[in-house]
Amino acid sequence: MISDWDNPLRDARDRRLPRIAGPSGLVIFGVTGDLSRKKLMPAVYDLANRGMLPPGFSLVGFARRDWADQDFAQVVHDSVREHARTEFREEVWQQLAEGMRFIPGDFDDDEAFKQLRQTVDELDAARGTSGNYAFYLSVPPKFFPKVVRQLKKHGLADAPEGSWRRAVIEKPFGSDLASARELNAIVHDVFDPEQVFRIDHYLGKETVQNILALRFANQMFEPIWNRSYVDHVQITMAEDIGIGGRAGYYDGIGSARDVIQNHLLQLMALTAMEEPAAFDAASLLTEKLKVLKAVKLPEDLGRHTVRGQYAASWQGGAQVVGYLQEEGIDARSKTDTYAAIKLNVDNRRWAGVPFYLRTGKRLGRRVTEIAVVFQRAPHSPFDSTATEELGQNAIVIRVQPDEGMTVRFGSKVPGTSMEIRDVTMDFAYGESFTESSPEAYERLILDVLLGDANLFPRHQEVEESWKILDPIEEYWDRHGTPARYASGSWGPEEADEMLARDGRSWRRP
Amino acid sequence: MKIDLTDTTASKINKALVQGRRAIGTPAVGMVLTMVIVTDEENAYDSIKAAEEASHEHPARTLVVIKRHARTPRDRTRSHLDAEVRVGADAGTGETVVLRMYGEVSEHADSVVLPLLLPDAPVVVWWPVEAPDNPAKDPLGALAQRRITDLYTTENPLVELEARARSYAPGDTDLAWTRLTPWRSMLAAALDQARVPIVSATVEAEADNPAAELLARWLEARLHVTAERVVTAGPVVTGVRLGTENGEIVIDRPEGPLATLSLPDQPSRTLALKVRTTSELIAEELRRLDADEMYAIALRGEATKENPSDV
Repeated sequence: MISDWDNPLRDARDRRLPRIAGPSGLVIFGVTGDLSRKKLMPAVYDLANRGMLPPGFSLVGFARRDWADQDFAQVVHDSVREHARTEFREEVWQQLAEGMRFIPGDFDDDEAFKQLRQTVDELDAARGTSGNYAFYLSVPPKFFPKVVRQLKKHGLADAPEGSWRRAVIEKPFGSDLASARELNAIVHDVFDPEQVFRIDHYLGKETVQNILALRFANQMFEPIWNRSYVDHVQITMAEDIGIGGRAGYYDGIGSARDVIQNHLLQLMALTAMEEPAAFDAASLLTEKLKVLKAVKLPEDLGRHTVRGQYAASWQGGAQVVGYLQEEGIDARSKTDTYAAIKLNVDNRRWAGVPFYLRTGKRLGRRVTEIAVVFQRAPHSPFDSTATEELGQNAIVIRVQPDEGMTVRFGSKVPGTSMEIRDVTMDFAYGESFTESSPEAYERLILDVLLGDANLFPRHQEVEESWKILDPIEEYWDRHGTPARYASGSWGPEEADEMLARDGRSWRRP
Repeated sequence: MKIDLTDTTASKINKALVQGRRAIGTPAVGMVLTMVIVTDEENAYDSIKAAEEASHEHPARTLVVIKRHARTPRDRTRSHLDAEVRVGADAGTGETVVLRMYGEVSEHADSVVLPLLLPDAPVVVWWPVEAPDNPAKDPLGALAQRRITDLYTTENPLVELEARARSYAPGDTDLAWTRLTPWRSMLAAALDQARVPIVSATVEAEADNPAAELLARWLEARLHVTAERVVTAGPVVTGVRLGTENGEIVIDRPEGPLATLSLPDQPSRTLALKVRTTSELIAEELRRLDADEMYAIALRGEATKENPSDV
């Protein structure tokens, strides 16, 4: 075998050949979970259907079920049928099904991990996976230590010469700085930092990747992307659902830890960062870290942060219960289901430009967006009646749903009198590049198999984000109680007051 | 919505497009390219259908140029242009204009097409049948960044293939080449696993299959071996064998979408290798609009030079 092998059939100029992952297999722990059934398995099938997986790709499930390989294949089959994005094709399924294995067992069970080890070796021989494996830990974080230790103990974390082993973990990455560090220490004890892929599925979305294209591939946005022109930035992630069956996980964690710490701070970092030296993982990490380190909290956290809990009300035509009435929630719980915070970025580009981050459950509708709101024109030749209805210009990046971008500006209303009103110009992914846009998980799983870490936050970013959020959480613990907001509204009045204090208001997304 | 125009001009067609868009309530358009289909009446229906399906991935303005041969001598001398403008649900995600040209105007189709091109957006010309001998020099071909021909629809594909090789200009591409992408990516993936030098190559296909010839030339160019062509009963390409020191790498697809991949010292495994529809091929073509250098290399069958800038 040649170690430095150059495949003569591949060539940089041959752009039709897709980015196919090399010989490899994926091992999913907690394969019976919701995420695995609804997202991971369909994404694996969609990748296979698009011809992105290598021949011989193998999928190994690990869970506490008394299943044989065929039972597992049946479960995957059902979830693919129900959730896959692309059409079901028998021949693709057959190709995939041949490489499916199931290991029943507990995470404490040495026998099960021995069996996993044998399976991995068997697949290398039978399917040519060449010792390349990604271990996807789709399990609650409390099991991480057990699983990674077992992987180490049974030699599964050590890649044979010339192959790789990677670990994929999902949020939450701890619940504060101390626990995040502890978790990182456990994982890094077994896997090197470059081997660990933290999934933030928002970063796999086309629009989020497009933030960088928009900013750094164009000439027309970057010159105004700074304090001279930008008034403030609003980053919103709203959900219309309640906590559903996640009471056990959610209570005590809350929306800020669940969403702001990872998704919103990542979106903010991408929006605010300087141009990276190159589009590679190391350069992106450098720039994102710089921004996160430059984040400064407001002096008076009481005036510039708000948390809330949804109350019983009517939402979109259905009557829903409040957070405290949800099953499994302590009636005195102080957990936030809504959080809004103001952050400053202390650097030359952003000094004096506040970033408002908000997230919540049971809000008006499901939407995630980044709105860059510009200052008003310094001088207007039109009289004030003409511009009465003119707001501030804005560029809105719609992350989901209806991925795309909106530019808002003033335009003359047709007619004889001079009257200027806000209009929007729209770019929709669904319109210009319909249907080809892959699911975030497809992209991220493929990147893991290819070893491309661009879209994965590193442990330094996770720790830096906790440093931003921890003081706010501590303040909330010591002061007051969450504000109430009606389910189906856009959050508590206190949040509107928080912006009104700065002379601003929230966009209705 | 459909608007029929008889004995018309490009500017009237442009007006009808704006009118149609306003009528369905979407005056703003997000189309990414103009697709010109040059065809005869017989093949128009299938080609338009394929283009409309492909427009779900690449919203486009589709201009269908149909040259009509009038029956009576009187009609033959009278030159005129009829158009059918389709917007909204009748035209996939973009808009379609079917242009029927009679008499002398059909010799000047480019004068009709030029004013109807979307501003700034790339232009693609596709000849489902009867492509010109030199696509880049054709008046319509000259308007386009990308010129798509299809060797499968020619009388004598292997002779035509030589003509394409002689007249190749950057931007030319052929659906016979597009059909090979799944084969080529699986061969490349197989080699990723085998990681050994290749000493021989065999392509098995039905007789006179242009894709098989392109595949053989591509393998010769990339692997520096002489590829043997073996005629089988088909359909299309049925197998590729790459010889190595310790055995053969074989992808075998006797029939249907399921192929078998065998590597030396490894058990064989199944592969999905479907024969794709025309709309899927067109969608792949439209994904990249820059010159396909690898097609040029395969077409000429030259051994590739080590330095890419030499090509």
